[in-house]
Amino acid sequence: MSNIKDFLLNDFFVTGEPMIYMADVSIVLVTIAIFVVLTYFKKWKWLWKEWLTTVDHKKIGIMYILAALAMLFRGGIDALLMRVQLTAPNLKFLDAQHYNEIFTTHGTIMILFMAMPFLIGLINVAMPLQIGARDVAFPYLNAISFWLFFVGAMLFNLSFVIGGSPDAGWTSYTPLAEKALDPGVGENYYLLGLQLAGIGTLASGVNFVVTILKMRAPGMTLMRMPMFTWSTLITSVIIVFAFPVLTVALAMLTIDRLFGGHFFTATAGGMPMMWTNLFWIWGHPEVYIVILPAFGIFSDIISTFAGKKLFGYHVMVYSMVAISVLSFLVWTHHFFTMGSGAAVNSVFGISTMAISVPTGVKIFNWLLTMHRSKIRFTVANLWSLAFIPNFVIGGVTGVMLAVAAADYQYHNSYFLIAHFHNVLIAGTVFACFAGLTYWWPKMFGHVLNERLGKWTFWIFVIGYNVCFLPQYWLGFMGMTRRTYTYPSGLGWMPLNVISTVGGFLMGIGFMIMVYNVYYSARYGKRDTTGDPWNGRTLEWATTSPAAEYNFANVPEVRDQDAFWEMKKSNRVKEWLNQPIKDIHMPNNSGRPIIMAFFFFVAGFGLTFEWIWVGAIGLFGVLITMVLRSFENDTGHHIHKEEVERTEREAGRIS
Amino acid sequence: MQSDHTTTAHSHEGFPWKHVIGFILSLILTVAALYVVVSLSLSTTATITIILVLAIFQVLVQLLFFMHITEHEGAYQLIAIIFGIFLAAVFVAGSIWIILYGTY
Repeated sequence: MSNIKDFLLNDFFVTGEPMIYMADVSIVLVTIAIFVVLTYFKKWKWLWKEWLTTVDHKKIGIMYILAALAMLFRGGIDALLMRVQLTAPNLKFLDAQHYNEIFTTHGTIMILFMAMPFLIGLINVAMPLQIGARDVAFPYLNAISFWLFFVGAMLFNLSFVIGGSPDAGWTSYTPLAEKALDPGVGENYYLLGLQLAGIGTLASGVNFVVTILKMRAPGMTLMRMPMFTWSTLITSVIIVFAFPVLTVALAMLTIDRLFGGHFFTATAGGMPMMWTNLFWIWGHPEVYIVILPAFGIFSDIISTFAGKKLFGYHVMVYSMVAISVLSFLVWTHHFFTMGSGAAVNSVFGISTMAISVPTGVKIFNWLLTMHRSKIRFTVANLWSLAFIPNFVIGGVTGVMLAVAAADYQYHNSYFLIAHFHNVLIAGTVFACFAGLTYWWPKMFGHVLNERLGKWTFWIFVIGYNVCFLPQYWLGFMGMTRRTYTYPSGLGWMPLNVISTVGGFLMGIGFMIMVYNVYYSARYGKRDTTGDPWNGRTLEWATTSPAAEYNFANVPEVRDQDAFWEMKKSNRVKEWLNQPIKDIHMPNNSGRPIIMAFFFFVAGFGLTFEWIWVGAIGLFGVLITMVLRSFENDTGHHIHKEEVERTEREAGRIS
Repeated sequence: MQSDHTTTAHSHEGFPWKHVIGFILSLILTVAALYVVVSLSLSTTATITIILVLAIFQVLVQLLFFMHITEHEGAYQLIAIIFGIFLAAVFVAGSIWIILYGTY
């Protein structure tokens, strides 16, 4: 009995940290609140039938975005804790160990559980609509992808209250992340959480490639696809080729930690450098996985609110293809200082600089799209416009870092921190907010309040610059990343204070955005037309929110900007009044969430090295897979009377 | 698309021999590789050679039995395979170069 108590208090629950106790209490309270609300309003059945078992790409997209917003909150709290700790020299707000854990979870969560799912969510919402499809190619697999990401994220987040957080950085470099130097379960959480989410992402990549190649509306050739769909295709190809490397690397490090392997240990013939190498073979393409969909979002938004066709459409496509190939050829620039030698560093330095050429081409295309146009300054477009100068700062400092000789000075300094936040926030986060505002009416049927949106925009963008620009100077002054405190007398404090103020401004911007979601749900302008922005692409051709079947009749595409062409040639009415047929749709299934639950059990068991729990979990996964193999699921038909009724209620046919 | 779904459902009837054989072959190849490494004490060169050969067979099994390599449809397959081989070469050659450069 005392053994169990000992284990629970020393190894299982994280103890001795007031902030963690507060988190424990809030987790318990929120869970109870959710249960009470669902039971009181009798919403359990609704939750299960409409959301947890859904295979509808639009609902899966919304769930991705909700989870990503929760993770943005978690990662943002991590960031603010770090900024508070660094405000003044010699602060004792966080100790060294706690600080290590927080920068590790901040990085991992923001990249893998915030940026990627946010974009995959937007892709799920918009891409099938943009190509005139009724769903993705494999809707059941899509649900599995989501639930795998979700349980991966939950497993990872569990670490800070149960067992202890990973603390070897989001890159988890060996030999530091090996058992000998980092005992405990923290790094196991990292390995298994990422493994689960990674398998889900890989399946998403396959799903999107097949969807785009096989399910486009008649007449939509590849070169007539919206730019966001193009960016999704390229991103998915990168996912398919890059993620297996992560899967294998994580599996190898898991074998090292759980079963005494020596792939990356510093002893017994292991090669720690190989982890760094494998991590970045995946890690650099990963950077493009989170930036290319962002480019696609900006392209669509800028063209819509300029009221013009995208300038240099073909060049945009070719430069994205070039970026996708080059993204696999630059990975060493993340570890120039490992000392591979002058020849290696030169080659990878030059390939890195080369990648800025297609990116620069895209910048000019966006500028020229707006040239001599009447720009509408909506919130979605403001984010896109702010992206251009802010991202260019990140791009230019990136080229500075690509100079291998100079990188020996910049490496692991706050200059680097400022650089990658500049590209990731001005690129990916601005795109997420832009896309969220842009497609919000398509998801929920009402427009987000523009006034509150502009408050969020200005406070966030100003806060972001106040936060990260000083960090370039801090880097030059010698402040290195991952230091939890610094002595006084170095002159670092003023810039750190400014940076912290900026961080909190971003937090305020985010809170206003959350309030805007509530405010707009109650008072926001309802979108009855389905086309609130005078859009150009097919997602605006259907109702807001789109019906389960997306389009009563699949539109025929005759040009780029398909919906714009339909509006210009007055084909919309004729298209809406085409005779309606029965529509074939996939069935919902509860198995994806059950399978993901077993994956979670396996992941949790292996994290604590309870091999038998892991085995039970994996056996459950196997059973759900076998059951699926023997299932004869041919979907269902929505009858034409029902489709006609829905369309009539939406006022689309008389 | 309506017709697509129904035809796929029908063409899947009958016992999936191809998948079962492919599955068994891939299991045999995996276990064989593990056996060579764990239970046989061959020289390093011999071990690596054998598991490389087994790996190549594994790739072929996956491509032939599961990944529809023989079903040609436009240039997609060809582009994907060429890009895959190119990247595998870059990863392997690049890693060897990066890790070993200057150490010998």
